Amino acid sequence: MCATCGCSEGSRVTVTDSDGVTHDHEHDHGHAHDHGHDHGHGHGDSNGHGHGHGDGNGQGSRTVTLEQAVLARNDELADRNRRWFADNGVLALNLMSSPGAGKTTLLERTVAELGTELKISVVEGDQETPLDGERIRATGAPVVQINTGAGCHLDADMLADGLRTLRPVAGSVVLVENVGNLVCPALFDLGEEAKVVIASVTEGAEKPLKYPHMFRVAQLVLLNKIDLLPYLDFDVERFVEGARRANPHVEVLEVSATRGDGIDRWYGWLRDRHARRQ
Amino acid sequence: MHEMSITQSVVDAVCERMPDATVRRIRLQIGRLSGVVADSVRFCFDIVAEGTPLDGAVLEIIESSGRVRCRRCGDEFETNDLLALCGCGAVDLELLAGEELLIKEVEVAA
Repeated sequence: MCATCGCSEGSRVTVTDSDGVTHDHEHDHGHAHDHGHDHGHGHGDSNGHGHGHGDGNGQGSRTVTLEQAVLARNDELADRNRRWFADNGVLALNLMSSPGAGKTTLLERTVAELGTELKISVVEGDQETPLDGERIRATGAPVVQINTGAGCHLDADMLADGLRTLRPVAGSVVLVENVGNLVCPALFDLGEEAKVVIASVTEGAEKPLKYPHMFRVAQLVLLNKIDLLPYLDFDVERFVEGARRANPHVEVLEVSATRGDGIDRWYGWLRDRHARRQ
Repeated sequence: MHEMSITQSVVDAVCERMPDATVRRIRLQIGRLSGVVADSVRFCFDIVAEGTPLDGAVLEIIESSGRVRCRRCGDEFETNDLLALCGCGAVDLELLAGEELLIKEVEVAA
């Protein structure tokens, strides 16, 4: 079973381009599968070494010290993505949230209003369906849909595959919508410039305290659906305090993707990050 | 869940480094602040290792503690809570240890 991407027999990771053409994503495991593309070596951190000690543990065995980071392979691919983005002046952001926080709606709006100016293209990640990719396609932006099957997060290899299909132009912006999941994506570097976590006011103000790993790795938190605040018992200050508890230096912006409240500040942040890349 | 992914990465890494080995034992270090649940890795391991050079290997996991330094008062202490506060009340803690996800060593048939 390929459990790196969460697929088992009959379930697989696929990448679908703007024309609706789908190919299977062959996972770069780093061991004997013939993928027809570069494997790299996955030696991970600079301490990685593997030599036999000849300790002789009695029953004809020996201990080999590896000291290798478990995520060495993903990190290597992420760094490769990161270098590609840097070499091409491309700003890549990793958008993460619970399912239903409003990532796709925010992206639709952002692409509709800034897509041409910032040359935005999108990588959509979901377990199944091309639905989100189609919503983005309808706005006119280039988009690639990654379906992970049973997988709960995107990883660097999937993004690399998506980028080969998407082919972002130099100086552009790539917005990656990760699988809706407030737990797993936090651990997997994609090679992005920044992680943007979206939470909505319908999820309760304690979210950052309940999911500290995710909020800790965010450079920006967007608190979405603020148009609904009159109908909810949501304490914005408590939410921000919680976010700062998990991540003392994180920036929090309040927005409504549907109505447009606060959206200019999100656009300002985007433009600023994009400008720094050029 | 991501521990399946993590466990697969462990098996892949060992298979790549030593494709012809028969692995008898493997020792991992999983920091208590890493976001990876050691028990879930234990649960996944046998499934993921099946049919690979790690099939039947004994899995050992060292769950290492978190260590932080307060950026306000400089105090260092051990904690396994990502939301810990310093005794001085500060939330701004620098993580010194506890996020490790390492394959420490393997024991292979000679």
